[in-house]
Amino acid sequence: MKDTINISLVGVGGQGILLASDILCQVALLSGKDVKKSEVHGMAQRGGSVISQVRIGEKIYSPLIAAGETDILVSFEKLEALRYAHLLSCDGTALVNKQEIKPVTVSSGQADWPNNLDERLRTAVRHLRMIPALEIAQDLGDTRVINLVMLGALSVYIDQNKDVWREAIADLVKPQLLDVNLKAFDAGRNYIKHMQSD
Amino acid sequence: MSNMSSVDRKVLSGNEAIAHAAYASGVQLAAAYPGTPSTEILENIAQFRDIYCEWSVNEKVALEVAIGASFAGARALAAMKHVGLNVALDPLVTFAYIGATGGLVIVSADDPGMHSSQNEQDNRALAKFARIPLLEPADSQECFDMVCAAYEISEQFELPVLIRTTTRISHSSSIVELGVFGRRSRGDLHYTKDIARTVMVPMFARQRRLALEAKLEELRAFSQEFAMHRIEPPTCESHTGKIGVITSGVAYQYVKEELPTVWILKLGMSFPLPEQKIRDFAASVDRLYVVEEGDPFIEEQVLAMGLHVEQPKVSLRIGELNPDRLKVLADEINGREPRPVPSPVSDIPARPPVLCPGCAHRGVFYALNRLKATVLGDIGCYSLGAFEPLYAMDSIVCMGASIGNAHGMQKADYKGERIAAVIGDSTFFHSGITGLLNTVYNKGTSTVIVLDNRTTAMTGHQDHPGTGRTLMGEETVEASVEDIARGVGVRHVVTVDPYDLETTYKTLKEELDREEPSVVVSRRECILRCRTQTRCVLSVDETLCKACGACLRLGCPAIEIADTYQIDARRRKVRINPVLCVGCRMCEQVCKFKAINEPPNAKQIQRRIK
Repeated sequence: MKDTINISLVGVGGQGILLASDILCQVALLSGKDVKKSEVHGMAQRGGSVISQVRIGEKIYSPLIAAGETDILVSFEKLEALRYAHLLSCDGTALVNKQEIKPVTVSSGQADWPNNLDERLRTAVRHLRMIPALEIAQDLGDTRVINLVMLGALSVYIDQNKDVWREAIADLVKPQLLDVNLKAFDAGRNYIKHMQSD
Repeated sequence: MSNMSSVDRKVLSGNEAIAHAAYASGVQLAAAYPGTPSTEILENIAQFRDIYCEWSVNEKVALEVAIGASFAGARALAAMKHVGLNVALDPLVTFAYIGATGGLVIVSADDPGMHSSQNEQDNRALAKFARIPLLEPADSQECFDMVCAAYEISEQFELPVLIRTTTRISHSSSIVELGVFGRRSRGDLHYTKDIARTVMVPMFARQRRLALEAKLEELRAFSQEFAMHRIEPPTCESHTGKIGVITSGVAYQYVKEELPTVWILKLGMSFPLPEQKIRDFAASVDRLYVVEEGDPFIEEQVLAMGLHVEQPKVSLRIGELNPDRLKVLADEINGREPRPVPSPVSDIPARPPVLCPGCAHRGVFYALNRLKATVLGDIGCYSLGAFEPLYAMDSIVCMGASIGNAHGMQKADYKGERIAAVIGDSTFFHSGITGLLNTVYNKGTSTVIVLDNRTTAMTGHQDHPGTGRTLMGEETVEASVEDIARGVGVRHVVTVDPYDLETTYKTLKEELDREEPSVVVSRRECILRCRTQTRCVLSVDETLCKACGACLRLGCPAIEIADTYQIDARRRKVRINPVLCVGCRMCEQVCKFKAINEPPNAKQIQRRIK
């Protein structure tokens, strides 16, 4: 692993991106790394496009990641993956939830949903991993755990043992929801591992 | 959370770090009005049970409350977003004359780039204007350390201290070494009456003015030796001579990231500046730049020292700084061709924030649109009512402005037929009441619509005088908008349920046409606040839908064009997204063809809404 790893988490307000990035920070803290996270609160949460950036390394200065320097883009929604694909480095990886959420511009008929979205994503991103996070979360009986499915997928790319992740999740998730969140994390992690072993 | 004493290391946002520092510094009172990006400071202070804290009705009151605590000898904190300090500027400037007894720290959270604000003013100018010391933290650790230091400075010089953060300090998180985290114990407070110091009549104020200047002289000497300024050598060899950069706040982080070949003078206190340190630094380099987020605040002071400052070809002035903008400067400094910055694709649909499904504001804006009213708006979630398809707001200036704006337009013989001010409940308590009194007193006829969703929604649901609950979780007197309106002399005060579209329309029409001032209270709890809903999700009967588009004029995110039911390219039937619908039934009321209904065999669903 190179010295600093830059992660951008993107999606739609209300998808649990902020909790996922908080857990990521806790993993860094528990692993003795330096970490910075940057996000914006406020108006964007009303169904708008949301981005949170996390940088982990020996010594981190900027809380923001320069365009084209994101190592891993974690997109909780498919259209948002394309919106932020330019943040990725040439060799970067995008982990994309297959779920599509129409923005109000589309649902109200002012704009059209891009009909070749998958193809454009494959062109824009060198290493693309599509993850059925909504389906996985539904199978677990709680659609709110999409964020932990995506975090599980991301964990495969971050060189930390699983116990640290579990500890970080336990630190930040409400005790009564811990079990389903850990299951979601495992499911996301296993999904990528199976994909890699295929 | 009290009595913590273990050696602690945490990932904290700047706002959380400030709250921890307030606790550690023995702050006894903290007051604020919520505002992005400052809100979490008080929310986190409220976690420490032994600090008295409150949501004051506005920033001016918050600072006045904090000043009262300082008078009493207690350490106090007032926090606000940048525009909040405009509201609080009156007490600030005069309190600088009086000076702090108990340490007083004011946190101004600026918002360059205007993520969630109406302007991007740089409040460092206000520290210089009020002649008080100014500290600029560059990460969460410095937020903690500088707030602790600020209390010492405040008590040493008997002055309030301004801490200026920006969005990427307030809302970025980084590791904070809290040390042996505990609460500084305070001795008994003692208040000594001293009217020559605290009664600012001209006779005394003239003396205090001189005292303030003398303190500033001492502060200049203090700044020279202040431990939170530092010089850092380059981490890479430079091939273009010795370059120096003076920087502060988050700009320092971007300089460290992108300009490894420069010498850095990182300022912790940017007013008053350490003049000799800056002169020495300038003399030690071949070329000098100043990189700061916002106005040329440091730069103009350095220029006033008669020093030469290089001007980047691509200005760093407007908007938020970021690593990409510093790359451009790095290329310029190093004499390289600018590297291309990857840009986003432009041809995909935007995802703007929208009024939530079931948002009660929608009912009022839908009516105002039908009434073709001229609507003077205010600050809050309801600013989203300005956009298509509701398109029912003409202006937004600042907190409380709607009421005075409406009155002024009406008095200027504006020929539009109907004028309304639209203001949220929290904003009404913040600074709408005086405007309403003014309208009544000066025989205005405009209508004020108070969108009462029972919370401060925009900033994340804080309590306010109308909710009957304090920041510390205590029950309190619940202020009534109707009683206040009647109290200032409004004779026509009506309350409507905005989910009832026809009554809302008729009421607004009647009140807007009335040749007297009136207040309409639109009351319905914020949909995000109704944690548990028992409502029925609606659906569209495609056989009845005529694709007229009437329901789309509500701008509800749950109503979608249903591609499968297309009549032709321009007339497309709709469907209701069951995941988003909260069953407010506004769309049912606007459908002339009765196509929107409870689906057959509908169950009452109960679910939590995020």
